[in-house]
Amino acid sequence: MKAATAAPAAAPADTIGLPIAYADARQRGRANHLGMWTFIASEVLFFGGLFLAYFIYRHAYPAAFAAGSHRLNFWKGAVNTAVLLTSSLAMAWGDAFIKAGRRGALQACLAATVVIGVVFLALKGSEYREMYAQHLVPGLNFDARVGPQVELFIWMYFVMTGVHAVHMLVGLGLMGWLMVLNRRGRFNHARHAPIELFGLYWHFVDCIWVFLYPLLYLVGR
Amino acid sequence: MPSPAPALLRLLAVYGALMGLLMLTTAVALLPPGWWSTPVALGIAAAKAGLIFYFFMRLNAPEPLLRVFALAGFFMLAILMGLTATDYFTRAWPR
Repeated sequence: MKAATAAPAAAPADTIGLPIAYADARQRGRANHLGMWTFIASEVLFFGGLFLAYFIYRHAYPAAFAAGSHRLNFWKGAVNTAVLLTSSLAMAWGDAFIKAGRRGALQACLAATVVIGVVFLALKGSEYREMYAQHLVPGLNFDARVGPQVELFIWMYFVMTGVHAVHMLVGLGLMGWLMVLNRRGRFNHARHAPIELFGLYWHFVDCIWVFLYPLLYLVGR
Repeated sequence: MPSPAPALLRLLAVYGALMGLLMLTTAVALLPPGWWSTPVALGIAAAKAGLIFYFFMRLNAPEPLLRVFALAGFFMLAILMGLTATDYFTRAWPR
């Protein structure tokens, strides 16, 4: 590691001689948030492409989409929406607690968010199992008598909920890492940017489900 | 150190509103369907997303630039959907 002697005298430097990028903590905080929101904007467009495809085909085949939607487990979809909203509350509470310096309460909230997130994925898995048992999994055992247009809807159901579930898995992994960092005492009332930024991601994934619920489960109801 | 209680209560109230909207959209789905079913369901979803963005994702913070960045993605999405709709929604679909 190079000594800090190479840094210009006028600008403060970090330990390897690079000038510090931010004038103050507030500026750094804003840069953190803008970076995360830029990522979320890219996610809006990523899911947006799927939603666009969904709207085009639903416009083309309204009856088939309603028939497909009636084959989904309406109540599991509703319960899972409540489950995910609850996990968002736990995450938001964790953020509020660490801003007051409550590390233990943050850990409890993160643990609750993980448990509730796992409940969501377990319910989703049980839905996938139900679909498999009814011969409704495109590419695996889809019953051709149901028809290709309904199959299109069911395929979109699997792609959209599947991509959403992958986002949940990534979130759960990151949350485990945040819990390790918190155990090591890395967060306090002044230092909690990773919690806040991860919270943005988790709430955004929640938002995606908020739209998936009516578009997949409530067609023609 | 400030007490977290006011923030926790505010978040709990937002959660209550979200659950209320979920119950509303589920109840509407149990009614006989009509032309209004989808617009109402999507309107309720948009209201829920608005609450999540504004309170849980802290767009209520005094940072206008954050709101601009948050809206930028949806602005681009509106262009994507709007221009695509000019084609698909104005010609007959082969059945």
